[in-house]
Amino acid sequence: MSEEMRIVLRNYGKIDPFKIDDYIAAGGYKALARAREMKQTDLIEEVKKSGLRGRGGAGFNCGQKWNFSYSVAAETKYVVCNADEGEPGTYKDRIIMESDPHTVLEGMAICGYAIGSKKGYIYCRGEYPYVVEGLKTAISQAKDKGVLGDFDIEVRMGAGAYVCGEESALIESIEGHRGEPRFKPPFPPVKGLWGKPTIVNNVETFANIPVIVEKGSDWYNSIGAPNYPGTKVLTLTGDVVNRKFIEVPTDTSIRQVIFEFGGGIPEGKKLKAVQIGGTSGGFIPEEMLETPIDFDSMAAIGATLGSGAVFVIDATRDVVDIVNRIAGFFRHESCGKCTPCREGTKRIEEMVERINQGQGRAADLELLERLGSTMSKICLCGLGQAAPIPVLTTLTHFRDEYQSKLN
Amino acid sequence: MSDYKNIILEYKDVPGGLIEAYHALQREFNYIPEDAIEAAADIFDISKARAYGVATFYSYFKVGPRGKYIIRICESAPCHVAGADKVVAALENELGIKMGDTTADGRFTLEFTECVGQCQATPVITINSKPYSDVNAQDIGSILNEYK
Repeated sequence: MSEEMRIVLRNYGKIDPFKIDDYIAAGGYKALARAREMKQTDLIEEVKKSGLRGRGGAGFNCGQKWNFSYSVAAETKYVVCNADEGEPGTYKDRIIMESDPHTVLEGMAICGYAIGSKKGYIYCRGEYPYVVEGLKTAISQAKDKGVLGDFDIEVRMGAGAYVCGEESALIESIEGHRGEPRFKPPFPPVKGLWGKPTIVNNVETFANIPVIVEKGSDWYNSIGAPNYPGTKVLTLTGDVVNRKFIEVPTDTSIRQVIFEFGGGIPEGKKLKAVQIGGTSGGFIPEEMLETPIDFDSMAAIGATLGSGAVFVIDATRDVVDIVNRIAGFFRHESCGKCTPCREGTKRIEEMVERINQGQGRAADLELLERLGSTMSKICLCGLGQAAPIPVLTTLTHFRDEYQSKLN
Repeated sequence: MSDYKNIILEYKDVPGGLIEAYHALQREFNYIPEDAIEAAADIFDISKARAYGVATFYSYFKVGPRGKYIIRICESAPCHVAGADKVVAALENELGIKMGDTTADGRFTLEFTECVGQCQATPVITINSKPYSDVNAQDIGSILNEYK
């Protein structure tokens, strides 16, 4: 039986999240003090060597990203924590922020020191007003204790726009604009919030930082899959016995996640598919369950690790109906800035809905594939590029379900 | 009008304060009054089109009146397979309105939402952002009683 490994959630249930003294007694804010005794370049090198890659879904090497901002000479730089988790089936950032807000603040402050920034923002989704309050409490405690030094953190609340999880759209939203992604380059580490170098990292990424500073890059690098070391917090939803969150090393297989941690499929039913990474992830059939969950292994089977949502569907579920709902999600959440996404998400939904209602034609399947592959290449941001993935992967693995619904 | 102005003025000097101002208006009124958009445009020295564009971009902002209690039903995939449609039917039936509408007494508004991040126990609804999980059609009556 595999066991969880709690690095990010090391304090979950062990400390009172709203008592900073609890966090400090558990060793909290020591890593920040240690980081501030290091040379900035050594600190960045240490994070780089740990192999930590972004936990929001893009999987970019964290230390390398920091180095981009460090390398730009600028008076003002920003650290932004992306707490806009909107990927359906995902609630890991909420669990982290609710159970241990100070670890996120400490991670941000370490990043601030590394790149030379005095100001951080946490952009928390509007669906979590209670988390916003908790974060504000934690920040005021940290200020009173003086543990953050001259690093200031402010919380901004989103207002229900999935696209704001994209870092440049998130930046636009903090600036008070519509949350539409920017053309890149320049990338935010060089030119981000109010035109200044800005590091945007996910909540879970920041929560890893204090431990890496404390225990060292070699220790971290030895955990999980070599190319994507560490752990991942996963949230299990859908047709699985244990609908819960877990934190496991990244070399854990999908099968272990669903059957050992998740307890398998309810009522002894068979698994049909699992969609990992949230609603933008690929659907994975039973025969691929031995794949480890790490970023590169998932990419190799045409899937994603993404946010770490694990949505399981049993053999009785209607794949086309689920994809129809997902297509509706992307149509709704497309920001409308670029044409291929604005029009493409609408047409995908139209076609899948037609098929789902028994009005589809054989030609629709090829049209969906052409449109999907076009969108994945030419949409402006990750939303539009990923939007066709559920359709394309189910057309690959469950084509017969579409065919049986054709008129 | 002056009410709106005072609320918005508090955020005039906050960088990117327009969205914060809209949040503050919604905390007060539960929606963004049309006139407040004009006031915001004046105070932040932007065009009305821009102020309106920001207000209508975000699904949690609503320009124009809605009910005192906003009931949102998650329709994302995990809630969808858990039977969100039955919860929708029960709410529509109990309140005598359709999704998107407000009851005649101005008490309840029904809205669809995408994932609210409470997927450990689906389906999920929220009432003024307070989440209720593992909701059954049978639970609706007693949940609504808390707000009557």
